[in-house]
Amino acid sequence: METSNRQITFTPDLFEPVQRSSEDAERITGAPIGFWGDAWRRLKSNRLAITAGGIIILILVLALAGPWLTPYTPYGQVLDRQYQTPSLSGFWFGTDEFGRSMFDRVWVGTRVSLYIAALATAMDIGVGMTYGAISAYYGGKLDNVMQRFVEILVGIPILVVAVLIMLVLKPGILSLSIAIGATGWTSTARLIRGQVLRLKEQEFFLASRSLGAGTYRLIAKHLIPNVFYIVIIALMYTVPTAVFFEAFLSFIGLGIQPPNASLGALINDGAHQMRFYPYLLIFPAAVLVLITINFRLLGDGLRDALDPKMRK
Amino acid sequence: MLKYTLKRLLNAFVVLFIVATATWFLMQFLPGTPIRNAQKLTPEQRAQVEAQYNLDEPLPVQYALYMTDMARGDLGDSYLYGGRPVTSIILERLPVSAFLGTQAVVIGLVVGLLLGIISALKQNSIWDSGAAFLAVLGVSIPDFVLAPLAQYWLALKLGIFPIAFFESWWHSVLPSLVLSTSIAAVVATFTRTEMLEVLGQDYVTLARSKGLSRVAVVVRHVLRNSMIPIVTIMVPLTAALITGTLIVGTVFSVPGIGEQFVRSIFDKDFPVIMGTTMLFAVFFVASYLIQDILYGIIDPRIRVAGPRE
Amino acid sequence: MNGQSLLEVNDLRISFSSHAGEVQAVRGVSFDLRRGETLAIVGESGSGKSVTAKSIMRLLPEANTRIKGGEILLEEEDILKLSDKRMQDIRGPKIAMVFQDPMTSLDPTMRIGSQIAESLKVHLGLSTQRARERAVELLTLVGIPHPEQRIKQYPHQFSGGMRQRVVIAIALACDPQILIADEPTTALDVTIQAQILELLRELQERLGMSTILITHDLGVVASTAHRIAVMYGGMIVETGTVREIFYSPQMPYTWGLLASIPLPTADRSQELVPIPGTPPDAIDPPKGCPFAARCPYAMRICEEEMPGYTTFSDEHRAACWLHHQMAPHVEPPVRVGDAK
Repeated sequence: METSNRQITFTPDLFEPVQRSSEDAERITGAPIGFWGDAWRRLKSNRLAITAGGIIILILVLALAGPWLTPYTPYGQVLDRQYQTPSLSGFWFGTDEFGRSMFDRVWVGTRVSLYIAALATAMDIGVGMTYGAISAYYGGKLDNVMQRFVEILVGIPILVVAVLIMLVLKPGILSLSIAIGATGWTSTARLIRGQVLRLKEQEFFLASRSLGAGTYRLIAKHLIPNVFYIVIIALMYTVPTAVFFEAFLSFIGLGIQPPNASLGALINDGAHQMRFYPYLLIFPAAVLVLITINFRLLGDGLRDALDPKMRK
Repeated sequence: MLKYTLKRLLNAFVVLFIVATATWFLMQFLPGTPIRNAQKLTPEQRAQVEAQYNLDEPLPVQYALYMTDMARGDLGDSYLYGGRPVTSIILERLPVSAFLGTQAVVIGLVVGLLLGIISALKQNSIWDSGAAFLAVLGVSIPDFVLAPLAQYWLALKLGIFPIAFFESWWHSVLPSLVLSTSIAAVVATFTRTEMLEVLGQDYVTLARSKGLSRVAVVVRHVLRNSMIPIVTIMVPLTAALITGTLIVGTVFSVPGIGEQFVRSIFDKDFPVIMGTTMLFAVFFVASYLIQDILYGIIDPRIRVAGPRE
Repeated sequence: MNGQSLLEVNDLRISFSSHAGEVQAVRGVSFDLRRGETLAIVGESGSGKSVTAKSIMRLLPEANTRIKGGEILLEEEDILKLSDKRMQDIRGPKIAMVFQDPMTSLDPTMRIGSQIAESLKVHLGLSTQRARERAVELLTLVGIPHPEQRIKQYPHQFSGGMRQRVVIAIALACDPQILIADEPTTALDVTIQAQILELLRELQERLGMSTILITHDLGVVASTAHRIAVMYGGMIVETGTVREIFYSPQMPYTWGLLASIPLPTADRSQELVPIPGTPPDAIDPPKGCPFAARCPYAMRICEEEMPGYTTFSDEHRAACWLHHQMAPHVEPPVRVGDAK
């Protein structure tokens, strides 16, 4: 340690002891922020994640309000303006073989796809979270049985499950949501179970329990907030997977049927006519890819931000 | 070890049993009957067709017949194609898909490993960001977007590849390449994660402290420890392969299982749909089983001998 | 112990870049290591001692480490400026390291014999046969029985204490001049700790190595070290011979450290006093003495200005404003009896 080079004038008052209570020494340097505040701060510094979040919001807004931006509608055929190429003055995304505005159709399709994804995710997380939490919380034999069941389910390829469900139920928004949700809940269940098991071991849980907290209190005050952030992160990955799955099913003909629009159905149509009208494919495909990438990036950012081990 | 393997084998059979049962069960609810031109058949002919498809037996018997048939490899007959056995349809198309799939896996593994290793070693540099970007892209752009686009640009516009069908090996290149992208993405992400974890381990720092060159540290310590858990990607890889084949087969009109499956959905040819679904289930379950067995071999708590030197 | 310096660290400054900002881990550390001596660097977690040790071998993660200043001189060469290739030649034959956690410092997929032989082959060019023989010799040296069988085994077949001996054997393989032991006993049971420390002391005497012993436990130091450097908040606050530090410590943090270890011959009425508070924030370090916030003798100047070193003898110096002529006289609270 070197004394600074500048001249210090030593006055007696500098050598007076600092008045301090015993609590001061225990005070942790640095302003304490709550868990969420800290996480939000970290997230904000991650520019990639913030950009991703912004794009997602933009897409959501367009999905809801897009069709109102143009005087056209997604349905209805006006044959004499079919296959118009995209232009700024005319149809922004062009028109399809029935003369329908692709701009409108793409955003309506996005709306449908996102809606299906949301429903599927809600089912996925609802069932998965409950199943995993119950299994982990009660432990013992119940846990064993429940896990054995999941093990078997996991061995069934999701494609098979989805195909079977879609063959039986008529293709539609609800059936698609059920099919997609039914395939994904097992991984959520495992995730939640892992987290609850970990929480059960942690000191604060044992401490609270030994202080006599009842089951309800334990679950509400301790388990749920700690599980919550994992659920949010998982959400960021289940949504794009659901969107992808819906698009996939529609592509192979098991999903949304024309004249209804969804991203998958539009991509399917576009793929067939790609030889002459590539723009029919490019726009819905771009939206799909953007949704997927940005949800993932946001998910990665959230995971980095919410990881308690990195708390400074 | 043996007990473990048997347990996993049993699990696999249970899964297949459930899938087969579910398949049969759902078949009962499916609209459409094998009687295509119902009106045009006389009552005798109708009775004949019903007998052929065992539709005149009580349900539980139908179920038993279905299951025993399947165990013998008989998946029923197609509703189309003049009643050809599903099994023969599948077997006819299998080689093409197998070839495409193998090619795609090889390319995907090589590219994925390279990308993963490079991005782990050059973490937080241009290479890492570039490789990570490619991997994210590969995972985010679905096959059914990439395939038509690739077809359009590389085949139609630039004419490098043939557009469709399967007349020569060159015809298989573009479909394999497209199929390999999702595989490469999965492998790259996985390899990168594993390597990064290994690179952060104490024994790697110790190896460096011995004065070994970077290359020696990576080759002798890092790679070996990173590759052991590579078993975990078998299952998502198989899943990606199955779904990918469906898309690629359809878009490039490859005479394989994928294209057959999609067409049979369109044609509502339920026996073929069900038969192919069972096939996919078998593949998937097999990959799961192999993964479990390999785990058993590698995990020190189960294995008998130690890992090789 | 002759007065010749083998290694000189001058004004070392090291920071890490992180999400939250620049973490100043080492803020101007200077010391030297002499031939044949054991220098102990003592401090709590976060004091920067491990970072200092790793920097001598340039083993810090490159991605976010910034060497902000200073030099580390080994035989006139500045280690911080050497090329990778030259550094590889130094690691092993000149400087070697023993790591903290024996459960994770060995490659689980490689046989012990090979792990020892690696540096023998690379640095000394030994044949496989000769390297194997030498590995057996080394295992014997560190006290592992049946070495011929043991070299074919894998790490999971060894206990914690045994593994640490293997790590020591690996470090000694190429006869290094300097051995850096980074908390070598922290992860071990107490009884094994004593064995390993004894082993290190023995080896150092026999082989004439110089050792830097990093630890947070002053008790470990008493029987093994010649000199001690006390680190806090990224800086060295006091250095001296073992006797000087234990019998006439001059800095409140050192007093605190001594007061918090149970010495068997200490005055029975003395209670164990842990030092209250937590280490300073490495991202926003205090501008004065780093210990000021927790120091019971802190004065206003301590919070404002960094104290310089006061020399008490050839080897003994400490940095504290209490030594200033204008400061009140303070009696150190702990008197260590005839501990050694």
